[in-house]
Amino acid sequence: MTEKKQIHLAAHFPGVNSTTVWTDPRSRSQIDFSSFEQLARTAERGKFDFFFLAEGLRLREHKGLIHDLDVVGRPESITVLNALAAVTERLGLAATVNATFNEPYELARRLATLDHLSGGRAAWNVVTSSDAFTGENFRRGGYLDRADRYTRAAEFVDTARELWDSWTPDGAPRPVSHDGRHFSVRGEFTVPRSPQGHPVVIQAGDSDEGREFAAASADVIFTRHGTLEAGRVFYADVKARLAAYGREPSDLKIMPGVTFVLGDTAADAQERAAEIRRQQVSPQNAILALEQIWGRDLSAYDPDGPLPDIDPDPESELVQGRVKIADPFAIAAKWRALAEAKGLSIRQTVIETTTRQSFVGTPQAVADELDEFVQTGAADGFILVPHLTPGGLDEFVDQVVPLLQERGAFRTEYTGTTLRSHLGLAEPVWKG
Amino acid sequence: MSATRPLHLSAEIGGPAHYDAAHYVSLARLAERGTLDFVTLSDTFARPGPDALAVLSRVAPATERIGLVPTVTTTHTEPFHVSAAVATLDWVSRGRAGWAVDVSTTEAEALLFGRRPAAPGDELWHEAREVADVAAKLWDSWEDDAEIRDTSTGRFIDRDKLHYVDFEGRTFSVRGPSIVPRPPQGHPVTVIDATSGAARAAAVRHADVALVRADDPTTARAVREEIRDRARAHGRDPDRLRVLAVLPVELHTTADAVGLAGLIGEWYEEGAADGLHLLPTDVERDLGFVVDGTVPLLQHRGLLRRFYPGATLREHLGLARPVNQYALAGEGS
Ligand SMILES: Cc1cc2nc3c(=O)[nH]c(=O)nc-3n(C[C@H](O)[C@H](O)[C@H](O)COP(=O)(O)O)c2cc1C
Repeated sequence: MTEKKQIHLAAHFPGVNSTTVWTDPRSRSQIDFSSFEQLARTAERGKFDFFFLAEGLRLREHKGLIHDLDVVGRPESITVLNALAAVTERLGLAATVNATFNEPYELARRLATLDHLSGGRAAWNVVTSSDAFTGENFRRGGYLDRADRYTRAAEFVDTARELWDSWTPDGAPRPVSHDGRHFSVRGEFTVPRSPQGHPVVIQAGDSDEGREFAAASADVIFTRHGTLEAGRVFYADVKARLAAYGREPSDLKIMPGVTFVLGDTAADAQERAAEIRRQQVSPQNAILALEQIWGRDLSAYDPDGPLPDIDPDPESELVQGRVKIADPFAIAAKWRALAEAKGLSIRQTVIETTTRQSFVGTPQAVADELDEFVQTGAADGFILVPHLTPGGLDEFVDQVVPLLQERGAFRTEYTGTTLRSHLGLAEPVWKG
Repeated sequence: MSATRPLHLSAEIGGPAHYDAAHYVSLARLAERGTLDFVTLSDTFARPGPDALAVLSRVAPATERIGLVPTVTTTHTEPFHVSAAVATLDWVSRGRAGWAVDVSTTEAEALLFGRRPAAPGDELWHEAREVADVAAKLWDSWEDDAEIRDTSTGRFIDRDKLHYVDFEGRTFSVRGPSIVPRPPQGHPVTVIDATSGAARAAAVRHADVALVRADDPTTARAVREEIRDRARAHGRDPDRLRVLAVLPVELHTTADAVGLAGLIGEWYEEGAADGLHLLPTDVERDLGFVVDGTVPLLQHRGLLRRFYPGATLREHLGLARPVNQYALAGEGS
């Protein structure tokens, strides 16, 4: 009998968006180290593969003002992960770091250092978002279109790997000489090859360019395709791209970001899920969500009243620091149809359309579903996004993990020490 | 100077490159056992070694009181990232962070980045001054009480307490605000080795701790006076600036440790500096003699405290938590 396919699990620190519920009395600091420590320790108690930190390099704005309705503010990822390396032993430590607003030499060095100091647990989520808005905080400034962003990211990763490979096995630096379209790097790296050889590379981007980059270069994809159907389509698409790069399907792990709500009964879980959705969409957040689609000031509208009759403004610059809405007219039409059919208010419509809880049910039902995703080719694992800081993962670790372990789909102990070993990834070839 | 003036003692823990955390943790704990104010860990892109700020972040949860001061270079790095990383070191150490500002002058370092040619020290220290300035602005770009969690209005923050910094330097500009809330110390401690003229010009403007080099206490005292005068000329209160004399040490025996205590006592009595920053030759050996030999003698003579009365590096140094420049501006208008 072949061994059952294993699920990989990661814990996403609650982010600066409306998924994170800060109004709950159990919600604690988003910035104190104790919150990071507690969540990381919980993930390690649950034998998770890794702990994940997102990044945003400019505070989001709405109508020209700093967005104030969601959690705002977070520490710098790599620095926090180095500190977490001191209070965890096996847990992988993944930092989201932008490839547009960094330089390969410095970032490769910071990641190699994290890998050394953590004994081989470092990962880098390569993001490419770039806009002139974010660029205002950086030397390079400006904006890169999607094609340039990804050629830069790909060359960035290649250059980092040249640096990570540059020391000889007996510990002597060899000079690197990289001359490319985006970067010129000449000289010696200050850090010997780290325990993982190369820190794990994660990719989070959904465009064709993004998928191709992942197929060529990444070890893990962090995706938004978290339903069974969309997951299977995405999974098949990405895995099929690997052969062209001489890679096996198992060389790239697909991990959708997902939320979960547990309850003693199915009804109980549904009730808790509805309450969380109400917490996530305050009356103020409902109007804001509407303004993000419509691109107009809708502050005069009653969140408990009907949707506006006016059409979206597709040229709007109202929202900054978020991914642009592709077709606001289509979304507006869909929202109107839904509101009309079900007799929903603005807030109810926003709750229905923007909040999506991936897995809602008893621990048994959720464990069944997660396993089904993995056994039927919709995912290799999950990046769990709790809605509460820092206790939002406790129930999952206490109630769902043991069920996954019972059915032989998830480790009961760490078998290796590095993140690569947790993910079942091969050691990278040391290119001399 | 009054006899009750505290003596500040700190030490560098760098040396031949190590890449394992345990090495640095044990050195920092040793220094902490000696109740030193802080340890520095030097860093450069020009020689082998790990990223110093990362190392001291790794050390932070494994220590409780010791101040942690990595060298952070400003020439090939992003001011926005530098400010966020130092602020984060302050968060993970619960108020024990500093940064020793430095520049990268060599052609070799410039080639590692391929972004700008090598430049003279004067020019780069001018830029470093701008980086120190914008870092402080970014730390202040969140007022301490910006997070309000007001359920009645649905607001997590009071955005009137977040500020754009709109900094325009010669070589970079930063819009702000920071992505990191104001760190526990308000401003992590800025340390500058004020030996060169250009670095000293930065120190008199931005340093909380200026390091100076002198062969004897008389020269050191003159440099200290110069730095204090110049700081005053920049509108600063010189008592909010600590001048530490850098003292290279090489200790082979207990007798050497006793001799060092005598020397430190002399420098202290001459009013040469606010304290000494020790530069070990062999860090494991020398720091051991300092902590087990020199420190107890200084404590016995009443020159050095026996425990940490405070929790933050600013408290160890007797430096007040800075007032937020934007909060002040707000009150005036
Ligand atoms: C699940 C997911 C998580 C992401 N997290 C971040 C993040 O933390 N920080 C960031 O700057 N961009 C983040 N991104 C943005 C992507 O990295 C990418 O830049 C963006 O999706 C645009 O690329 P695309 O056109 O290929 O989708 C994320 C994207 C996805 C799908």
